[in-house]
Amino acid sequence: MADSLVPVLEAQEKMDTDKMWVIWGPQHPFSHGLWTLKLKIDGEFCVDADPIVGYLHRGWEKETENRDYARIIPMTDRLCYCASMTYSHLYCMTVEKALGIDIPEKAKYIRIVADEVCRIQSHLMWLAAVGTDMGNLTVFLWAMREREYFLDLNVKLCGARMTTNYPRIGGVRNDITDLFDRDILRTVDRFEKAMWDIIYLIDDSSVFVSRMRKISYLTREQCANMGLTGPAMRGCGVDFDIRRDDPYDNYDKVDFEVPVLNKETKVGDTYDRYMIRIEEMFQSCDIIRQAVQKIRAIGKNAPYRIKTPTKVPAGTTFGRLEDPRGESIMYLASDGTDKPYRLKVRSPIFTNVSCSKVMCEGVRIADVPAVLAQIDMCLGETDR
Amino acid sequence: MDTVLQSPSVEEITQALKSEFPAVEIISTEERRVKAKCPREISHDVCVFIHEKLTFEHCSVVTAVDYIDHLMIVYLLANYYTGIMIDLDVDVPDEDLHIDSVTDIWEGANWHERETWELFGVVFDNHPRLERLLTPKTYEFFPFRKSYKLRSQE
Repeated sequence: MADSLVPVLEAQEKMDTDKMWVIWGPQHPFSHGLWTLKLKIDGEFCVDADPIVGYLHRGWEKETENRDYARIIPMTDRLCYCASMTYSHLYCMTVEKALGIDIPEKAKYIRIVADEVCRIQSHLMWLAAVGTDMGNLTVFLWAMREREYFLDLNVKLCGARMTTNYPRIGGVRNDITDLFDRDILRTVDRFEKAMWDIIYLIDDSSVFVSRMRKISYLTREQCANMGLTGPAMRGCGVDFDIRRDDPYDNYDKVDFEVPVLNKETKVGDTYDRYMIRIEEMFQSCDIIRQAVQKIRAIGKNAPYRIKTPTKVPAGTTFGRLEDPRGESIMYLASDGTDKPYRLKVRSPIFTNVSCSKVMCEGVRIADVPAVLAQIDMCLGETDR
Repeated sequence: MDTVLQSPSVEEITQALKSEFPAVEIISTEERRVKAKCPREISHDVCVFIHEKLTFEHCSVVTAVDYIDHLMIVYLLANYYTGIMIDLDVDVPDEDLHIDSVTDIWEGANWHERETWELFGVVFDNHPRLERLLTPKTYEFFPFRKSYKLRSQE
């Protein structure tokens, strides 16, 4: 061998020739929003991942320091258009806690109904996205069709489809409209039947199931330590739901089961994370039925909103709520004026997407959309 | 303390914290909530204790509040067996914005600390990768400090 070749060969050995970075996004159909996933691949397999977020950062938290408390409610809807009701609920709950007031019973149950409607439509949006990611467009169309019925319920409740602007500090904006209770029960009954059609469609499709089975295992310890919350965590054996274990409003007065998979084995794969959300939709239907019965029992002319002071006493407090995607927290520091001193939003997706490194390790590059579909991306709340 | 409490009650948590760390001040307790304040020097030790002995497996939030002369770092820590949360506040003086990172205890604190650093300028010592996350890498200021005014606030 010629001596002149030796340094070239040495340099080649040092070079990482067989691994390379593939960049997905920010504009990519799988990403469901503006974010980038850098994947380091070794042949077919991912060995490392680096999610990049921040394209939608608009200084939401700083902006709230400039507005009085009531004017922040419409902004909370814009955090996540799929789960706008839960965020405005969380915000109002946090301010009520800081004020130290208790809201009327009826408002609490209306909020529960609104939250669960939101949860179902958010999960249906996720199901539609999973359908397209797996190449099954029928699931997409059927899920979107079902979601429309729940958006119609939103219209009947408050006039808007997605950015609802409905909860208020001290209650809700308006009482439920006439026949809303009848309509919601009909919708829920209908939905449960239609949901079985979708489940048969998915479970009988070997493509759908085999693409999600046995990939991206996560253990219970990993989930807890990485901060993965929500349905993804319950699919891996963590038996925790804020609605049951740290109840807010009147969730302790309704009776429901929290779906948890793999309690014994404490390891879950992508299909388990998928199944949990399907189960949760049925549980939400149960909760809606109970809450509507309670609203009916309370009666028509009961108060649904109380007047609240505009100034919040100085101090810090936080509210915690089970979002469709996981654990949402708002941390409020007030200084006695009518504007928040600091308002921090803990978005579940912000932490869940940071786990994508662990979720993608050892996964084939073709399975990455299946894995990341279970995060249920929403960039409005991630970047704030 | 040698025993590990898997599902401690609020009283057990306050007792354990008081006996183990006399410098930790319990500000208030209510149902399923404990609010405590601790000096910066022992904040990492307190976090290790809460994680290992009191089984707080989940770190929900790491954030900061700017009180002009000092910053208050807030940790919200959660127990998955009882639903109890600890609100741990640590004051950091404005002249010396350093605090130990808790990423080695809870991996989930990683991005929260990066975010707090880029928005408030608090340096988390021993953090594996303290880089800008939400804002562009060219930013040299910390936009969530009270000294940074929005146009409408001026």
